[in-house]
Amino acid sequence: MICSKRLRAAVLVLAAAFSSVVVAQQEAENDFAAILSNLEVHGFYEIRSGYRLRKDKYEKDMSIMEQRLQFALSSYIDWADFKAKGDIIGDMVTEQAEFDLREAYMFTMPLDFMDLKIGRQILTWGTGDLVFINDMFPKDWQSFFIGRDTEYLKAPSDAVKLSMFSKWANLDIVYTPQFDSDRFINGERISYWNSNLGRLAGQDAIQHTDKPSRWFRDDEIAVRLYKNINSYELALYGYRGYWKSPGGQNAAATQAIFPDLNVYGASVRGDVGKGIGNMEFGYYESDDDRSGKNGNINNSELRFLAGYVQEIGKDFTAGLQYYVEYMTDYSQYKDSSPSGLTRDRDRHLVTVRLTKLLINQNLRCSLFTYFSPSDKDVYMRPNVNYKVSDNLAVEAGANIFFGDYPSTFFGQFRNDTNLYTALRYSF
Amino acid sequence: MKLLPVFAIVLVFSAALFAADDPNLPEKITDVETIVNKANIVAYYQGEDGKAKVKMTITSKRGQKRFREFIILRKDIQDGGDQKYYVYFLKPADVRKMVFMVYKYTGKNKEDDRWLYLPGLDLVKRIAASDKRTSFVGSDFLYEDVSGRGLAEDTHELVETTDKYYIVRNVPKRPDTVEFSYYNVSIDRKTFVPMKMEFYDKNSMLYRVIESTKVETIQGFPTVVKSVVSDLNTGGKTEMEFTNVKYNINLKDIFTERYLRRPPREAIR
Repeated sequence: MICSKRLRAAVLVLAAAFSSVVVAQQEAENDFAAILSNLEVHGFYEIRSGYRLRKDKYEKDMSIMEQRLQFALSSYIDWADFKAKGDIIGDMVTEQAEFDLREAYMFTMPLDFMDLKIGRQILTWGTGDLVFINDMFPKDWQSFFIGRDTEYLKAPSDAVKLSMFSKWANLDIVYTPQFDSDRFINGERISYWNSNLGRLAGQDAIQHTDKPSRWFRDDEIAVRLYKNINSYELALYGYRGYWKSPGGQNAAATQAIFPDLNVYGASVRGDVGKGIGNMEFGYYESDDDRSGKNGNINNSELRFLAGYVQEIGKDFTAGLQYYVEYMTDYSQYKDSSPSGLTRDRDRHLVTVRLTKLLINQNLRCSLFTYFSPSDKDVYMRPNVNYKVSDNLAVEAGANIFFGDYPSTFFGQFRNDTNLYTALRYSF
Repeated sequence: MKLLPVFAIVLVFSAALFAADDPNLPEKITDVETIVNKANIVAYYQGEDGKAKVKMTITSKRGQKRFREFIILRKDIQDGGDQKYYVYFLKPADVRKMVFMVYKYTGKNKEDDRWLYLPGLDLVKRIAASDKRTSFVGSDFLYEDVSGRGLAEDTHELVETTDKYYIVRNVPKRPDTVEFSYYNVSIDRKTFVPMKMEFYDKNSMLYRVIESTKVETIQGFPTVVKSVVSDLNTGGKTEMEFTNVKYNINLKDIFTERYLRRPPREAIR
């Protein structure tokens, strides 16, 4: 009897275990079936080509020449959303086929007041228009300067974003377990000022870097605390990580490095007169060189931005921004600067955006201009985009750089001035 | 026999009474403010909140067609007053998943707040568009046609009452801010649905007509499910069709940055 009782119990336990496995498996199968049945596929096919307008002895004449096929897959189940977006690129400048996975994340709402997004994602916050202070998420400056769609200025992060919401304030925490740097200018496609060589350089001097890359040790954390009061958007920011583009070099001057960086900042945006005004501030604490004495590492900086946008005519908007970077330990920087060339203490920047829509909003003409009175350099981004039909768009634009000096932020890209055209079919 | 004329008189009299009080005709309102207030509520404030899928067909003079499709969610803060709108784009493909959000203020001296979310950049943009008489998503409809023109913007005059309609003339208080000199609205006497709006330019020439071409009663609310705007100057027209219309869906406060960045399921399915 005892034996049979034990047997019966064992059989019951086994049966229970088996059925729970079956149930779990069935649930997984159901989830999978749901994901498939809810799947949506969209994307576009694009051809983009561009040429340098000035001879650049360090780079190819072709500034951009590529075909791109983007697939965006999205789906959902009861408790989560999924998204994957990737570009297949045939790049004739680098003579390579590439796959750029731009998004691959799961989104879920574990609690009513909490959102969680895990995986590869595009992240943006802050109030600037193509000027960033507290947005410490990776940028792709190369794509920006060679005339890819503005969407590509944002490079993806492999991160966890936790958001919490309450009536007092909302909190975002973004944890990136392995440092995601900018896709910065390294000479591969864009010629730049190489301070070690004391001249412009490009493919002959591709910048080598020593990038922090240990998982969970070379990590980044970015937080934002925000609240809207009477449609004024207020936010506080914090960041602990690294200079996103090289912020110095090693002592032997053989490799560019990404020194530690902490950022503390705040912003406000809301109605001002007939338009929208914004202000943003950030303190960049260069943590590996707090005294500013190490000439190989970026100085700490204060950064400030004020902007205003207004509709000035029918389908015509104008935006104006003033931005300043102020080095906090300039005399130490000057004393320790390895090369004779030193920058000014402040870098002032003014931006102007003009956007006009025509032909039932199917034609968009825009001009974005950066002008630095202190560096005496200019970067202009004219662009014309026409929607031939709901699916087909054609585009032409340019990236124009001027500068009195070869070493300034935009001046160094003088020979990278380019003109491009594109055709995009969206589906 | 003597009774006959009396009977005839009674008959005639009562017939006259009936004519004055025809049960098929709704009561005749003469106060224009009551009429425009009712029409405004019917056109833009049905229920506490609402949801609809909107399909737009934009046809140019040459017959070229473009399509827009979006889901619109609305919540009233106050009947006839402030509202919040959330618009989630489905078509065309290049604007898919874009979100447009409006806090509409009917009080004076307060412009609407507008936001745009661009999913490719994960960017929440504040829009500085103060002119409400610009095209909505490239169609012949204007922002103001979609979200409603503030009643206080115009003076109203009841010019005619026909069997079916109240015809109200609206004259802007600040003519320099608009492109029309006045517009007439034909309001259905029974349902108070604005059935036709005719806009006249500064030379008093008719140049723009909006017609409600299909009205259905949904959850007891008379609802325009199809309307067409014709621009007589450009020869263009846009048809707007509403499907899946639902009222009083108990919408929670989705009109925040949280849901701009991550559209709520009720918005997109």
